[in-house]
Amino acid sequence: MIPAGETERKVRSGAGRRREWLIGRAIQASGAAAIVFVVLIFAFLLRDALPLLRTTSVGEMLAGRSWLPTSEPAQFGLLPLLLGSLYVTAGALVIAVPLGLAAAAFISEVAPGWMQEILKPTVEMLATIPSVVFGFLGLMLIGPWLAEVLNLPVPLFAGLGSLMLAFMAMPTIVSVSEDAIRAVPMSLRENSLALGATRWQTIRRVVVPAARSGIIAGVLLGLGRAIGETMTVLMVTGNAAVIPEGLEGFLRPVRTLTATIAGEMGETAYATPHYHALFMIGLMLFVITFLVNAIADAAIRRSAGASR
Amino acid sequence: MSVLPRPSPKLAQAAAFSLLWMAAGAVILPAAAVLGIMFYKGGRAITWTMLTSVEEGLLPAIAGTAALVALTAFISAPLGVGAAVYLSEYARGGALVRLIRLAIVNLAGVPSVVYGLFGLALFVTVLQFGRCLLAGACTMALLVLPLVVTASEEALRQVPSRLREASYALGATRWQTVRRVVLPNALPGIMTGMILSVGRAAGETAPILFTAAFFSLTRPFPKSVLDPIVALPYQLFVMATEAPGVAEAEKWATAAVLVVLVLGLNLVAVMFRARLRRVRRW
Repeated sequence: MIPAGETERKVRSGAGRRREWLIGRAIQASGAAAIVFVVLIFAFLLRDALPLLRTTSVGEMLAGRSWLPTSEPAQFGLLPLLLGSLYVTAGALVIAVPLGLAAAAFISEVAPGWMQEILKPTVEMLATIPSVVFGFLGLMLIGPWLAEVLNLPVPLFAGLGSLMLAFMAMPTIVSVSEDAIRAVPMSLRENSLALGATRWQTIRRVVVPAARSGIIAGVLLGLGRAIGETMTVLMVTGNAAVIPEGLEGFLRPVRTLTATIAGEMGETAYATPHYHALFMIGLMLFVITFLVNAIADAAIRRSAGASR
Repeated sequence: MSVLPRPSPKLAQAAAFSLLWMAAGAVILPAAAVLGIMFYKGGRAITWTMLTSVEEGLLPAIAGTAALVALTAFISAPLGVGAAVYLSEYARGGALVRLIRLAIVNLAGVPSVVYGLFGLALFVTVLQFGRCLLAGACTMALLVLPLVVTASEEALRQVPSRLREASYALGATRWQTVRRVVLPNALPGIMTGMILSVGRAAGETAPILFTAAFFSLTRPFPKSVLDPIVALPYQLFVMATEAPGVAEAEKWATAAVLVVLVLGLNLVAVMFRARLRRVRRW
């Protein structure tokens, strides 16, 4: 507790007031530090990415069909990596969005009470498992098993990355959309049921449309997680920087943007074109995830505002 | 209109609900099965020597990870709690607060490998820490910062305002109120957030890939913060992908130990929070 005499002495004196002011400034500075860090990350990525443009043009980079960073002359075409990321991420969403939304609707609207209490924490626990463990399980267990059952030529392929990523993005999708569905006012459901609608009609026509913004936010956050995921895709997608084609591309090895950085930076000398190219990829990832997360955040705010 | 007769609403509901049951099963069952296999294989492989031996065990990796998360918490706690105190106790809205929130949301979304690049450029190269424990912990501290801020702010906001008012009424200043009244009451909630972020830091691999970690079969302990470290997740990555001659049992054991460590930390945080809700009635 505060001795009364001490308080009075400190506040009345100029030193106490100065100290109070200084502490206030320090606390404000630690708040503003978050802004500084975002700016610093962006600045350092720029600083080490832009020198690449001295040797490779933007056109060569974005439309270049071959990523051959160590050949002579080196080629830094990002198309195979961009398409690799697109394949793996799109595949993950195709699995995770329907399953995740169905699971969210199930947990909040259909499951009996005791089951809700088990399911939600279990799904959230799934989110805490390190990505290197997902990669390990895909590499050692699921990949070889799928290759044998489906008679595939290789045990590591784009679709395996999609499958693993789906289970990593699912907790985010389930958790955020479940919150949004739960936030829909009970009166809306009651009105619909009173009009003679079944519970399923109520879920489909009333509850889910009302929770739309939150559900979109959940999907976008899941998308952000899937694009940025590194260790898992590095370990399970086979790491061949080739352009995937057609649906068959899912059964062949690919290389994503994130896996390229993680796999190659260790052996790259400082300030070489290769080093700058890897930072350029980092810069692209930073910008993409920045946009996806900003949109998701706006959607969450809108859904919070709508349900009030 | 379709040729088929429209199913009755009751039938449609029964069909839709069974699909939802199946979807929930499809999320939970494969995950449970795979984790079950991992614990079975890992559990059979773990021996006492493996956990405690320096030469052929996981002890150096466990120690490296412990050192990394401790230093990470040490760096991120003052920054994160300070930011939370600002957002909850000092700021009165406005452009700065909106910017800070936007920054935190986006820090939370930056891919972990991009943090690794940033750590390499700033801490390892420009500040010349080299590839070491300190550079890795600084990088990891930035990664968990949004978690620390969000959890701490929530804990601070749950302290009822009448406690603050009572303190002001006694003549205490804002900082005195924060330090003697608000922070002590929010401490358990803040601790929960710290445990969660330690759990996150223990499992992350990409941020330490080029800033702190190395793989070594002699597996020395770090002697100072300027030494590189062997860390559990990186050890698992190299064992699984590159290192020749590692017995399969040892890989499974490493994976199981890592998951037990991370899930254990999260479980502690969850129980901590549950107890808190029971004990504290404002």
